[in-house]
Amino acid sequence: MIADLIETIAKILFVFGINMGFFSPILGWVERKQSAVMQDRVGANRADIMGYKAIGLFHPIADAIKVMVKEDFIPDGANKIFHTLAPFISLTCSIVTFAVVPFGGQYEIFGHKVNLVIANLDVGILFVFAFASLAPYGAVLAGWSSNNNWSFLGGMRASAQMLSYEVAMGFTIIGVIMVFGSLRLTDIGMMQEDFFRWGIFLQPVGFILFLTCAIAENKRIPFDMPEAESELVAGYFTEYSGMKFVMFWMGEFLEIVTISAIVTTLFFGAWHLPFITDADLVNFFSFAGQTGSNFLAILVNVATFLMKVIFFIWLQMTIRWTLPRFRYDQVMKLGWKMILPISLINIFITAVIILV
Amino acid sequence: MKKSNTLKRLTEKFPNSIIETHSFRSDDTAVVKKNDIMEIFTFLRDDPDLLYNFMMDLTAVDYMGDESRFEVVYHLYSLKFNTRIRIKAKVAESECSIDSITSLWASANWFEREVYDLYGIHFNGHPDLRRILMYEDFKGHPLRKDYPIRKRQPLIGPIN
Amino acid sequence: MSETTKDLYTENMIINMGPSHPVTHGTVKFLVTLDGEKIVDMKVDIGYLHRGFEKMCENSTWEQVMPFTDRLNYVSPLINNVGYALAVEKLIGIDVPERCKYIRVIACELSRIADHLTNIAASAMEMGAMTAFLYFVEAREFIWDLIESFCGARVTTNYVRIGGLKNDLPDGFKEKTLHALAEVRKFWDDVNKLLTKNRIFIDRVRNTGTMPPEEAISYGFTGPCLRASGVPYDVRKAHPYLIYDQLNFDIPVGEQGDNFDRYLVRMEEIIQSTRIVEQALEQIPKGPINICSPEYRWQPKEAVYDKIESLIFHFKTVVEGIKPPNGEIYFPIEAANGELGFYLVSNGGGKPYKCRVRPPCFPLTAAMPRMVKGGFIADIIPTFDLINMIGGECDR
Repeated sequence: MIADLIETIAKILFVFGINMGFFSPILGWVERKQSAVMQDRVGANRADIMGYKAIGLFHPIADAIKVMVKEDFIPDGANKIFHTLAPFISLTCSIVTFAVVPFGGQYEIFGHKVNLVIANLDVGILFVFAFASLAPYGAVLAGWSSNNNWSFLGGMRASAQMLSYEVAMGFTIIGVIMVFGSLRLTDIGMMQEDFFRWGIFLQPVGFILFLTCAIAENKRIPFDMPEAESELVAGYFTEYSGMKFVMFWMGEFLEIVTISAIVTTLFFGAWHLPFITDADLVNFFSFAGQTGSNFLAILVNVATFLMKVIFFIWLQMTIRWTLPRFRYDQVMKLGWKMILPISLINIFITAVIILV
Repeated sequence: MKKSNTLKRLTEKFPNSIIETHSFRSDDTAVVKKNDIMEIFTFLRDDPDLLYNFMMDLTAVDYMGDESRFEVVYHLYSLKFNTRIRIKAKVAESECSIDSITSLWASANWFEREVYDLYGIHFNGHPDLRRILMYEDFKGHPLRKDYPIRKRQPLIGPIN
Repeated sequence: MSETTKDLYTENMIINMGPSHPVTHGTVKFLVTLDGEKIVDMKVDIGYLHRGFEKMCENSTWEQVMPFTDRLNYVSPLINNVGYALAVEKLIGIDVPERCKYIRVIACELSRIADHLTNIAASAMEMGAMTAFLYFVEAREFIWDLIESFCGARVTTNYVRIGGLKNDLPDGFKEKTLHALAEVRKFWDDVNKLLTKNRIFIDRVRNTGTMPPEEAISYGFTGPCLRASGVPYDVRKAHPYLIYDQLNFDIPVGEQGDNFDRYLVRMEEIIQSTRIVEQALEQIPKGPINICSPEYRWQPKEAVYDKIESLIFHFKTVVEGIKPPNGEIYFPIEAANGELGFYLVSNGGGKPYKCRVRPPCFPLTAAMPRMVKGGFIADIIPTFDLINMIGGECDR
């Protein structure tokens, strides 16, 4: 009992720590630096501590100090409750999703079975969707409660776009569920132990569609219609400042991580290295004794998973800084007239192949 | 000096409307009576031998002290024949208005608003004659020669 | 659609776009009436950058006007300088030496490249393609460095003089220019790859802000926007000034007159302008850059210090201004945005009686409501960017 509690707390601390402590601050730096590299610039390099600049790595710290001491501004005529609530919804939705994402297999440490996922839900993937579909409320409430026309338009766009892509995303995932036959993300991860059973080989079309929908859900270029800084100033968070603004911002970055994690889990073999099973790993580390070998295997699992996640973060950032943005009606057209039919066809073909 | 084709045709067609013509530095110019500009411009635009289809520029000059104070200056360009002509219409201060040519060229809309704004010449039949470069509460017309260059306008606050 | 929404009561939304809005650059205000995302009506309000250019000109000597013209189209100030100088020279009736003409052409075309680069960069950025923006801004940096090398300033150039130039080209200018143009071409290739065949970009700009040729003419379009509509009118070909009739270059013409054609025309004009600069550098003759006519162009400093006649001329022209003969002229040149015309009236005095600028983007901005009505709010962005409204020139 106590061991279970310790295990869960350790896992929560690990996931929360890596997201809030590592990814969300570092992604701001990564985005600046990567865009700088792509654009022949130097990027963030001014913040320094005692003259050390550490290639701009102090910028997240400077940012944090800045936003914390900034005035938290609520405009005249805004609905204070919803205006405050909106960023919390947005951030919470993107953090909570990690509860069901597995970052390793099942191991025994000190005779205690450890499953490397916080909540091994039967309906893990539905949990992901449940929280993904709560996320629009953050944007819509922010847009509506700000009492600003631009925010309002942004909120409208956000709701329409995110709902549309939710539908398409749901359909793209059905193909994956059909081939793996489980809604539990741990099972889906387990089943990809064999390199040729990775989701990308079983559902190549599904992967592309899912990634597209996921980026659209996250409202980043080329799907950043709700923000569209040249059209709607800053869209639904025009009237936000200080910490609340940063919560939207962190929510967005964490959603990048979420998307990468889910894509990795569903399509890229979760925590597995190609051609190496978990048992192989434990055997390889057998010199370290029972617990030690399991522990080392966990480390390799987590590292593999993180590497894959980081790759997809890099991919999303590259897309973000390469493409221009769609027009609102074109996004809708893409969602309803292209992705939805293709995902339906994908389901149909998958079904036929499974039957045969 | 030999007259260009346009000026010749124009004086033949409207002998009573043309006050004078000249071609200083080979810029063909015709000074016309302001009441006849609509016919003159329609002719210039639609005559198959002239086809002045561009209304390139419209402005005014303030000859303060002259008998008729203002001159509204139109610059036309014919794409087909690659010719230009300047039409000037004299407008007196006492009767400070002239017909709008917005119905002939859409570009005249804003140019006429600008002349109205800066010189105070009224354009009859203009669809939306408002100030354009200056703000609504501005007093006077800054490009008139009797508007002092150092004059300051009272500060205006926000509307509400 | 109509069946289901017939009884639904909806109200149009009126929204103020600008003057402080990312797309309007602080220089223009759109009062947009929206039905959902569709634009029902639009009113354009300009004048936020009005500085009274004409009033200032009427109270300065002919030569003092030159720095004011820098501030018209502040993205390609050299073209304004050249246009004004040519207009005054036409009014006086003088012709500048051959070398001066070549240098002026080089200056004009470098500015044109800078202008088009800026324009395309800004449009790309506002459509979300930040990388294309920075590539072209970096390319523009090369051009501005060149401009700085011969006139000492990057933006407020004030380089051209009535009857000549401030100074000659520096040593090694040809090599530096050829190198810079090669760099610009590299960036041009990159952006061409990033945008011209990019489906998202094409979807954004194709069939938006379309202007048929007849209407474009009626609205007074000139320059790239007119040529995008399929009318091959370019002042450099129609009324060749300086040495444009001796140079070999093409005028790109669009077909549909939409934003994509405007973009393509501008892209091609960058290449054509590099061709012009290369040819001009090849053919440029040696010789003086100023006319020898002390009542209009200042004598060299040595002559002013040494000779009493020169000193008197210098004194007279500085204190009273040069004195063109009585008369009025209109002189058009091809600026980066279209026909930039100067209408000058002289009463024989040292100051212009009237100095009117025909700003090319003024009629373009006037046609904004026509171009975006019925479109989406997102169409305002490419349309407004690709007509390249420059506040300093439009509002003067």
